[in-house]
Parts: sequence; structure tokens; C-alpha cells
Amino acid sequence: MANDSLKNKLAEYEAVCEKTIAKFPERKNLAHKRLYTPLDLEGFDYEKDLGFPGEYPYTRGVQPTMYRSRFWTMRMYAGFSTAEESNKRYRYLIESGATGLSCAFDLPTQIGYDSDDAMAEGEVGKVGVAIDSLADMEILFKGIDLGKVSTSMTINAPASILLAMYIAVGEKQGVPSTELRGTIQNDILKEYAARGTYIFPPKPSMRLITNIFEYCSQNVPKWNTISISGYHIREAGSTAAQEIAFTIADGIAYVEAALKAGLDVDTFAGRLSFFWNAHNNVLEEVAKFRASRRLWANIMKDRFGAKNPKSMKLRFHTQTAGSMLTAQQVDNNIVRVALQTAAAVMGGTQSLHTNSRDEALALPTEASVQVALRTQQIVAYESGLADVVDPLGGSYYVEAMTNALYDEAMTYIKKIDEMGGAVEAIEKGYIQKEIQDSAYKWQMEVESGLRTIVGVNKFQVEEPPVKGLLKIDNSVGVKQAKKTQEVRANRDQAAVDAALKALKAGAQDENVNLMPLILDAVRTYATLGEICNVLREVFGEYKAHSTL
Amino acid sequence: MAEKRIRVLVAKPGLDGHDRGAKVVARALRDAGFEVIYTGLRQTPEQIVEAALQEDVNVVALSLLSGAHNTLFPKIVDMLHEKGMNDVLVIGGGVIPDADIPGLEKAGIAAVFTPGTPTSDVVDFIKKNVK
Repeated sequence: MANDSLKNKLAEYEAVCEKTIAKFPERKNLAHKRLYTPLDLEGFDYEKDLGFPGEYPYTRGVQPTMYRSRFWTMRMYAGFSTAEESNKRYRYLIESGATGLSCAFDLPTQIGYDSDDAMAEGEVGKVGVAIDSLADMEILFKGIDLGKVSTSMTINAPASILLAMYIAVGEKQGVPSTELRGTIQNDILKEYAARGTYIFPPKPSMRLITNIFEYCSQNVPKWNTISISGYHIREAGSTAAQEIAFTIADGIAYVEAALKAGLDVDTFAGRLSFFWNAHNNVLEEVAKFRASRRLWANIMKDRFGAKNPKSMKLRFHTQTAGSMLTAQQVDNNIVRVALQTAAAVMGGTQSLHTNSRDEALALPTEASVQVALRTQQIVAYESGLADVVDPLGGSYYVEAMTNALYDEAMTYIKKIDEMGGAVEAIEKGYIQKEIQDSAYKWQMEVESGLRTIVGVNKFQVEEPPVKGLLKIDNSVGVKQAKKTQEVRANRDQAAVDAALKALKAGAQDENVNLMPLILDAVRTYATLGEICNVLREVFGEYKAHSTL
Repeated sequence: MAEKRIRVLVAKPGLDGHDRGAKVVARALRDAGFEVIYTGLRQTPEQIVEAALQEDVNVVALSLLSGAHNTLFPKIVDMLHEKGMNDVLVIGGGVIPDADIPGLEKAGIAAVFTPGTPTSDVVDFIKKNVK
């Protein structure tokens, strides 16, 4: 038998290695085997396991041509301070060759507070742009044609409000909602599990999400209605397999909620998108992207009976791992980001944000952002990595790793199913606990020296503090609060009151789709805080129970 | 007689949801033998001071990654002092630029731990400085 001969030769090889390996104990206990051979791919079936790019189960990519037609969208996440300042940064990015926008909102916006709310103290404009009303949104996109650009918005609990504002800005520019392209993150489950910007409890939150699915399927058909995110789960400390598992489990919960609301799977599933982390271990990450595509395709086809191929394709955005940036020797981060970019590209991402070198210290400066964007351009145009579709397909190691991650994720998903699904698993604290355990294990490995982080626990140098960091001062909060008070003073208050009253009545009736009511409210310049307060009154607020 | 265990409140002021660091530090402090209470996310200064008082802690460890540290950290120290908790050791951590650290120290934050700090440094600092 051919296999017997191979097994014998492998045994001989292992024997040869053992003698040398004994001299390098620190290289002995890595997570993966030393060498992969055809023996690791027994039962491998090219057509069943991989197929062709653009073909079920999409292991090799969701489009037939991948980057041999157009590159991924180079989409830099940005936003800070006021709408005026962020608008300047967006225009700069577009001039620099960015091909899509990605809006970062400040925390008060993400949690549904206006800039003059007491809860917003110290936070206005800090981690993103402050948006209180349609007036801010009009400034944010001034001079940017919404018919041409695609815009991703990292907004979750108040996603319907920001989407409504975007639609309203489109109306003012003369761009119909059917022509708008972009994404809202709209993934509340990972907020409970890992990211923290929740407002309402799970049930009404899931309703808001399915309302968006339904509304967009009819009115904003080119919009990605959700970006089911593993990114933050990984940032919170999960492993690669956990990142896939918990994210796909969230995806399953959204599909089930929409089916329960009476939607047909093929009317909304094609607009579901995903968001992955690109972490340090390049080849494991490539395997992760491939495994997640195959897993989602299998689930959509077999579990949910999707018929339209679009419903089975896992399209995804990627961001390089912020938590892997070091505050020490910050220029080293450029190299880390380049490797992470290579992983995302070899894994077939549809769009990519690359982090800047200084982000372990502050929001990035314009110069740092330029290097991060140039990193993508160098990988795209110079490296050759984008020239071949799924270039690592067929590698013994990458295929074996793809299978292993698929299986490990599937085991978790089965366990979550047994617990009653992702919502239950989060409410029980199971997913949070799994992530925390992995995070703690990682930290202890770094502290014991088992895991090396260059510049942090090895190869350290004395260095002066980094100069020229971006700083947002507190005058931004004062200015923004004043602006919003002016908006409130100059609008038709009767129209605002009527719209908020209608929204409240709608919120009380589970069968009403809230999107049109939110859009009506936004058009009257009702603020984000006012709209969220109406919903808080009806839905209540989520209280997390924290596990250690 | 057994020595009284050091009690630490690990707190997340402000609105940011990044609690990987807070939780890892909390666990490391617990493993080092401290009594640890974790507040969870989005705590107002009032809530943190109230919890510190209720739990009768020796240390308040603040974690913040949103950039609101210059506003919120000094406010918490002032409020602790107003409540007569002058002996409580207040430390902070998160994405905090070096340039902000002297100001925070002047405002009463005993030490600021930035990314890459081993948890053992935090443990050692508390042991040496707790009153």
C-alpha cells in the first residue's frame, strides 16, 4: 500500500528529527505538528471539500475570479471628534485611494446618548465621531456622493437609527435608498458577549434586527444588513476556533429569529455578511477564513434549506488584530499588520481595514493611517499574493488545519445548540467564560515566556515616549453639545413629538416594523438620544452579569 | 493570626466595553491571593465610589480604553476623598498616552499601567503600596 510506505518513511523522518529536537526544548511544544503529509488528509475529496472558487461550499472563495478581477475593498475605519473633522479625514482617505468608507462612532452614539447627556461626559468624539441628529450626518457626508461610495458603519444597538439617517442624507442628495451600498454592523449578540455597546435586552434587540432585514430586503436591497462579527470575540481573547464557532452560532441565531418572524431565508440571507479578525498566526488565519466559508455554506444549505447560492456565501470584512499591536517599539506593528494583511488576502477577504502603528497608544495620526493603507496597496500590487485564487489550497498543512478548525468550531456549535442557542449561551455567561479563559491563558503564556511577543517580553529596549500622538480634547464635547442644543431649538418640535409618539406606539406592538417609524423621526431631526429613550422606555435596558 | 486579605475593586468607568484587560488583571489579582470585586461595564464615578465604600476595599483599579481617563480618573479620586476614603490606593490602566500619566499621578492615581505590563507588576505594586 502506498500509505504504508508513506507511514514508514514518516516514522524514519520523525526518528531523525527527534535527536535534533531534543536540543531545542522551547520549539518542541508548539500547537501544530512539525510536518504535514498526505496522511493528514485521508478521505480528502477535492470536489466535495473545496470545489471551485464561487462554487459550493466556497472553501476557495465566494467569487470565481477573486482578485483577478477587482481587489478587495480597502476600507479604513475612521472617525473622531466632530462630523466636520471626520468628514475631512474621509475626503483625505478617498483622495489617498481608499475605496470604501468605514465610520467609527463615539461611545455615546453607540450606546444611544446625545452629546449633552450626563452619561457622555469625557467620551464625546473620543473613539469615533459624535452623531446626535441628522444635522451631524449631513455634515459627515458633505461632498461625498452616497450613490458612488460604499459605507460601512460600526453601529449596533442603534443601527436602525444610523441607517435611517444615512437613508435621509441620501434623499437630500437625490440618491434613492435602492442605490445605497454599505453595511451596518448591527450584531448585538457579540456586544453582549464581547464588545459591550448593548442598550436593550436580547428579545427587542433581535426584533430591531429582523425589522432591518425585512425593511432592507424591500427598500435598500444593496445594503449588507448585518456584519456578524468574530473580530471583537477574538480581540476579547478567544482562539481562532472559538472565533468561528461563536460567530457562526450568532449567525444561526439571527437566521432563526428572522425565520421565526416569518421571513423566507432566501429573501434576507444573501445580505448577511461577516467580519473576521486577522491575527498573528498567518497560516492558521488563512485556514480559519477557509473553514468559516465551508461551515456557513453547509449550515445555510443543510440546516436552513437555502436555495439561492447567495444565501450560502460567507462574504466578509477583515480587520487586523488591534490587540496584537504593542505599545513598545511601535514601528514593529507595521510588520505585524503586513503579515496579518497577507493572511486576510490569502484567505480571500472582501474588504480590509489595516490598523496603524500607533494604535496601542491612541487614535492614529494621518501619517500612520497612510502607512497602513499603503500596506494593503503593496500587498495588492507588489507582493503577488493577490495573483492566484486561494493560493494555499492543497497545502497539506492548510487543508488539515482548515478541517481541524471546522471540526472544533462545529463541536462548539453543537454544544451551544444543546444549550438552546447563542442567546441562551450568552445569557448563561458560557461564551463570555470561554473567551475569558482563553484570554487569561494567553496572558499567562506571555508572562511565563512560553509565548514570545517581540519588544514586550523579549528583545526589549529602553525608548523615549512616542511623540505626535493624536489627541482629542474635551472642548469637542462642549462644542458638540452646543450644536445639538441649537438643532433642538430650531426644529419643528410638534413634528418631532408626533414622530416619537408614533414610534412609541409602534414599539409597543411586536408586529410593527420600526424602520419606517425611525426614518420618520430622524427626518424631523429627533435626536439619537431621544429616539433611544423612547425605545428604552418600552424595551427596558440590558443588565449584564459579569463573570470572572 | 491570619493577615487580612487585600480587597481590590476592579472598575470600568466610562462607556467603553473593552474589558479583556480588566478581567485578566482581576483574575491575576485573585490568583495572587487578593479578594477581588469586578464592577462590570459602564460604571459612573458615583457607582464606583459607592461600590468601593460598600465593599470596604483597599484598592480601586480603574480600567479605561476610550480616552476619557483625564476626565474620569481624577473625578473618582476626588469623590473617594470626599467620602473619606483617603487611604484607598487608586491605580489605573488602559490605552493611556505617556504624556497623560504625570497629570493623572498628580491627580492622585498612584500608578498607571499601560499595554504590555505583566500582571505580576500590578500585584507587586499593590503589595508594596497598599495602606
